[in-house]
Amino acid sequence: MKRTLPILVVLAVLLAAIALVNPFFLEPAGFLAFVKRAAPLVILAAGQYFVIVSGEFDLSVGSLVTVEVVVAARLIDGQESATWWVLLLLIAVGLLVGLLNGVVTTALRVPSFITTLGMMLILSGAVFLWTGGAPRGALSEAFRTFGRGNLGPVPWSVLILLAAGAAAILLMRSDFGRRLVATGDNERAAALSGVRVARTRILAFVLSGAAAAITGILLGGFAGVSAQVGQGLEFSAITAVVLGGVALGGGRGSVVAAMAGALTLEALFTLLNLYGISGALEFTVQGVIIIAAVAVGALRLPAWLAKHPPRKQGDTHVA
Amino acid sequence: MSRNRPLVALVVTSTIVFAAGCTSDKPPAATGQSASASAAPAATGAGTGEQSKFFVQADFDAQLAMRTKTPQGDASRPWEQAIDPQMVSTAKYKKDGGVHLCFSNAAVNNPWRQVGWKSMQAEVALHKEITKFTALDAEGKDDKQISDIAELQGQGCDALIVSPNTTATLTPAVKAACGKVPVIVFDRGVDTDCPVTFINPIGGYAFGADGAEFLVEKVPAGGKVLALRILPGVDVLETRWSAAKATFDKSQVQVVGVEFTDGDAAKTKSVVSDYIQRHGKIDGVWMDAGATAVAAVEAFEDAGQPVPAMVGEDQQDFLQKWKDGGLTAIAPTYPTYQWRTPVIAALKILAGEEVPKTWKLPQPKITSDTLDTYLRPNMPPLHYALCGCEEMPGFPENWGGKKS
Repeated sequence: MKRTLPILVVLAVLLAAIALVNPFFLEPAGFLAFVKRAAPLVILAAGQYFVIVSGEFDLSVGSLVTVEVVVAARLIDGQESATWWVLLLLIAVGLLVGLLNGVVTTALRVPSFITTLGMMLILSGAVFLWTGGAPRGALSEAFRTFGRGNLGPVPWSVLILLAAGAAAILLMRSDFGRRLVATGDNERAAALSGVRVARTRILAFVLSGAAAAITGILLGGFAGVSAQVGQGLEFSAITAVVLGGVALGGGRGSVVAAMAGALTLEALFTLLNLYGISGALEFTVQGVIIIAAVAVGALRLPAWLAKHPPRKQGDTHVA
Repeated sequence: MSRNRPLVALVVTSTIVFAAGCTSDKPPAATGQSASASAAPAATGAGTGEQSKFFVQADFDAQLAMRTKTPQGDASRPWEQAIDPQMVSTAKYKKDGGVHLCFSNAAVNNPWRQVGWKSMQAEVALHKEITKFTALDAEGKDDKQISDIAELQGQGCDALIVSPNTTATLTPAVKAACGKVPVIVFDRGVDTDCPVTFINPIGGYAFGADGAEFLVEKVPAGGKVLALRILPGVDVLETRWSAAKATFDKSQVQVVGVEFTDGDAAKTKSVVSDYIQRHGKIDGVWMDAGATAVAAVEAFEDAGQPVPAMVGEDQQDFLQKWKDGGLTAIAPTYPTYQWRTPVIAALKILAGEEVPKTWKLPQPKITSDTLDTYLRPNMPPLHYALCGCEEMPGFPENWGGKKS
């Protein structure tokens, strides 16, 4: 919880700043609209967290999101009856891409930076080849409900976010969570103490792929078909995770903080937009955040600030 | 070392504060303008900001005048029509026998270019005298297009069509090619008059003004207009916006925001939702390109508000939405049928027939009266209606449509 606190403070400040400019934000509908918009990135950041805390990267999620949306539109082609099997297929595609990333990284010992960079290029090339730059088909109304519709006053995407967030927290509290952090912290020590490092990391990639699939379903639902839907999302997700205080290289940080990081990033973008700052600056802001957050993380805590002695092996600060 | 952590934290916080701070002079200015606008309704349209550096008054006036001129030629074949043509002789290029036609394409990386490229290939297939058609795709890279153009000069082309990726960078490459082979340039231009003909529709000022004039007509005095742009600094998009700005500035409507969307549907929807929240009601939306128009419409639907006067483009998804929702809308166009014209021009040149030096194609706008003519539900959502391809062999399948 201690590691989660700073990001929650920043988030609260930003939310207050938004509310100051836009009072509608304080009403339930206004706030829910914000969470609805942030939900895809928060889920994607949770997926990215699993990979990063295990000591790896997943750069392929942005183009995976694009693949999911474009494939969904082409296969559904406006037919309501096709919605459900396509949804299952999309989840399967996400899991499969994650599995491939994980197996290549662990079994073939290709650094994940390269594996997932390659996967990103493969997927975006494949999408372009398949669509020729112009996606075809259309999503069904039922498909779009998840990203666009409401259950009573609450958007579906907010409910999906709550479910995904709860699942992520439970996962990190389970044995798997401890093994995952131990793997990222010290691979050798984890292996010696009986953790199946490769299997743990593969599962982290699979979770990231699943998160990308859900993100694709929500984003496609929110705004419809587009061949650019996932552009730059991998960097937004990594920025969010890093902003949440999760250490690049693994072993430190909580999934709640990572998700709070995504909310913070979205709040920051909303604020920039409210002040009329062009979207081009979003990249600049992300770049500054990544560098600054890693710089902060790389510094040693001074003795008078760190009341507790340095972290022991296996002290995971989960959730 | 121990002092560094607070220092870095300070840097981070100050960055965030700075990000918020450096903008703080903008909103008061905007509110100040809108306040003065509401206080004095006779004031010119507020909130449009500085005029674009790309704005050229003479071009603006010329394009706006061109809209009402009657183009020469068969009105059922607008891709062969020309506005105010100044014909040039091409007798020196006349040749007999089969034609080897070459094409250096900037890119096929968006739906507009996809539709155009299909139409150009279909046009080539219509002409038996074209025995060989060599096309190279520069994939949106200037350096690749420069080497593509050089490579094509060594391939024995009888005529070279160029769709430049950017104007200034490609000019020397086109100049070099002009000396060896008749060159036809279309879509974006080059800074040289060495090509035999330069083909494009009326242009960005006309596009931007068509949409803005519609809003000025439909939005009541003092009504709130939101302007959505893809990104700054691109000449074709800057001309569209600068024309709209000039139109709004002369009107009674109030431009409450000019936002960049990166052409992203999710971002467009978010921006429009924010404006609906902030202003309660938006009376009109102007866009510099229609690809995300449906997302903007959905933002109003999802907010439970009636959809205001909209400016879109001739993509099927928008036309469908327009029809289904009975919208108050207009669709200025940058017709994809211009991809047929360079092939026709090349054959005319090689036959020694005169062609216009500057071949200005008509640039119609779709209104509620002509909507039904252009709406084709069997075509894919991102198809551009003004492809001029309906009568071509392979339509609609080759353009991604279903036989209906």
